[in-house]
Amino acid sequence: MEELQSLMHGFAIAMTWQNLMLMFLGIILGVLIGVLPGLGGANGIAILLPLTFTMSPTSAIILLSCIYWGALFGGAITSILFNIPGEPWSVATTFDGHPMARQGRAGEALTAAFTGSFIGAFFAVVMITFLAPMVAEFALRFGPPEYFAVYLLAFCSFVGMGKGSPWKTIAAMMLGFALAAVGMDTVTGQLRMTFGSTELMRGFDFLVAVIGLFGIGEILLTMEEGLEFKGRSAKINARVVWQTWKELPKFWATSIRAVLIGCWMGVTPGGATPASFMSYGVARQISKNGHNFGKGEMEGVVAPEVAAHAAGTSALLPMLALGIPGSPTAAVLLGGLLIWGLQPGPLLFVEQKDFVWGLIASMYLGNIVGLIVVLTTVPLFAAILRIPFSIIAPVIIVVCAIGAYTVNNAMLDVWLMMLFGVVGYVFKKLDYPMAPMVLALVLGDRAEDSFRQAMLMSQGSLSILWQNWLVGGISALAIALLLWPFLAPLRARLRKAPEPA
Amino acid sequence: MDQSVARVRPRAAGSSFFARRWVAALSSALVLGGAAGALHAQAWEPTRTVEFIVPAGTGGGADQMARFIQGIIQKNNLMKQPIIVVNKGGGAGAEGFLEVKSAKGDPHKIVITLSNLFTTGLSTGTFDWTEFTPVSMMALDQFVLWVNAKNPAKSATEFIEQVRAAGGKMRMGGTGARQEDQIITVSIERAAKVKFTYIPFKGGGEVATQLVGGHVDSTVNNPIEAVAQWRAGGLRPLCVFDDERMPYKARVTETMSWHDIPTCREAGVPTDYVMLRGIFMPGGVTPAQRDYFVGLMRKVRETPEWKKFIAEGAFNPTAHEGDAFVKWLTRAKDEHRTLMNEAGWVTKK
Repeated sequence: MEELQSLMHGFAIAMTWQNLMLMFLGIILGVLIGVLPGLGGANGIAILLPLTFTMSPTSAIILLSCIYWGALFGGAITSILFNIPGEPWSVATTFDGHPMARQGRAGEALTAAFTGSFIGAFFAVVMITFLAPMVAEFALRFGPPEYFAVYLLAFCSFVGMGKGSPWKTIAAMMLGFALAAVGMDTVTGQLRMTFGSTELMRGFDFLVAVIGLFGIGEILLTMEEGLEFKGRSAKINARVVWQTWKELPKFWATSIRAVLIGCWMGVTPGGATPASFMSYGVARQISKNGHNFGKGEMEGVVAPEVAAHAAGTSALLPMLALGIPGSPTAAVLLGGLLIWGLQPGPLLFVEQKDFVWGLIASMYLGNIVGLIVVLTTVPLFAAILRIPFSIIAPVIIVVCAIGAYTVNNAMLDVWLMMLFGVVGYVFKKLDYPMAPMVLALVLGDRAEDSFRQAMLMSQGSLSILWQNWLVGGISALAIALLLWPFLAPLRARLRKAPEPA
Repeated sequence: MDQSVARVRPRAAGSSFFARRWVAALSSALVLGGAAGALHAQAWEPTRTVEFIVPAGTGGGADQMARFIQGIIQKNNLMKQPIIVVNKGGGAGAEGFLEVKSAKGDPHKIVITLSNLFTTGLSTGTFDWTEFTPVSMMALDQFVLWVNAKNPAKSATEFIEQVRAAGGKMRMGGTGARQEDQIITVSIERAAKVKFTYIPFKGGGEVATQLVGGHVDSTVNNPIEAVAQWRAGGLRPLCVFDDERMPYKARVTETMSWHDIPTCREAGVPTDYVMLRGIFMPGGVTPAQRDYFVGLMRKVRETPEWKKFIAEGAFNPTAHEGDAFVKWLTRAKDEHRTLMNEAGWVTKK
């Protein structure tokens, strides 16, 4: 086991006092960045990047990657407490995390989310440790048709999700696609639906929409319900962590699926956000408690968090091994590598052994440090819910507004956030699902780009989506998932029939 | 004191307060000492935070260079006031350029440009370089014609023969549409009388990987975007789109240096194209304000860190200031207009 030896060497490099201090610092900064909506991991790291020039590359990457882990952990906090996703990948965490908080189970939800994150990250790091060259090879097989098939799979796994009318799901999704189409079209270089406005050129940012739809929408709903904040009954109980841990092993199957989805989406540049949605969608369709999802099911917190953190972690693999970033944050880290004088790519593992294995060892240590830090804060965060709504609501709105502004340093985004808040409220009232719209907004333009790239490649023939086993397999799986709502009752009937026998 | 120092920016004055405060809060956790560097006596110097606009997304070549310059300035205490990098990449950079255009007379704003100074300006018809104040050319970025290492073509002419034989089916991958990569593709098509299927992607790293994976047949990546894959044996460079070979003679792979790559003209495909990496200010600033940043950028270019960065990225180290820069810009704009006009990509005002 050559890898194990290298890993031990890596631990020796990473375990200096200075590096451990940087880990703590990074995690705490990262959690703060994750909690503040809008100031995402990518922005946070980009801001701090120039400060690391004076450090050794290994210390610098340990600090920055720990900020990244911290942001991955922290994103869940506001999702659960206030229904405001601090990061795009924690949108799916709100679906069940926030209902749990409203039932006074915020501590359990937070513990489940953090532990799930840790599990996801841990398995992804194990994969990076032992399978890096193989996985990098696999990532190279993904061209435009494969990407499109993956996005199609994400959408299809979602269509069956809405409990209400499938037409409402499709309507919401189409609205998301329309919003995603605003801005510069990558394929022709033309501006679309900007109506001559400079501000619209950058398109609708997913985070702004999400902060509005979920955060502001939720506050409007709470106001209508008489300013009552239902999470108030939350008991502060230091033992909540142990009690929750006793329940978690039940979700082993969901966790394995989530790890697989997460690692896959992280390695092929799908990223943490689609991974969390896909994992949630799949868990909902497969789990015994699927019908209860959305009402405060712990499994619905574990599934997206495990997948998001697995994807976020494995996104670093293509960055290191191929020089392509699997996520926006990885893109900024990649810039960092170049600035420190390192060359990411296939030879990094050969030429910069100390750096690579130091980083991998720090992934193990950083996530353990992160888990300890965030778990100790669980009672603290759960206690926030005891603050009366009339005090906390204005604070939330201000934080949301700052967050929306920070995404692009644009005032228009703050107004858009308000507008999306009203949209979110109306959606809730009319029973339109928001998740499909959000999914279409975040993946819509990428799906469109890869579809049109594939069509350029094949001179317009759809057969390119079945040209080899890889893309054909994913496409077929997508269609199977799309038809699942029709197939499931059929299967149930088939199963029921032989039961008496 | 100069009058325009006191001028308040029209739009972002109040709102950028929050952003800066967050940045400050985060930075102060890390910055050990304050910026206590001695400053040379100068006619004008910034009185508040300087905003460094990148008309592109985070992680790309322009963003990397801007953040590197920011790092050099901070590390060597070249400026008393802080400098922050802001990405405004919407509409292929139009968002960033239009903000600079509307900040006329604001000396606390600088912008780094890539070719979209010309391409986006011409294709959207919303701005022109003459509406900005040129500060200095930091370097020129090179473009190299790459193929997959499995491709039997060993030279540009052999490859062009393949393209001709395929009759328009060979796929050229590039970054963006109607931007530098597609312009070069069109130039090759004209020079060699062949046809490519051009496939636009979002980033240079992605383009290089698509070529290694065999999803496209060739690319015109910058050296820095493709060097890792070249060294790992996944890619082969055929020629560089410049009128001279690159000056860097240190071995990059086991057998070749950047200098060993022939120019495309030598290789029988007479095309050249280099990309500006330059710094501009808004229009209407005073000469003293411009001179401050000209001097600052000169100091940046003199640091050993900068020289290392330029050599590792295999940039063309040409730098210009003042009239020489203006002359270069005038010629480059004309060349872009000619090429883009012929391709039918120019929007009439």
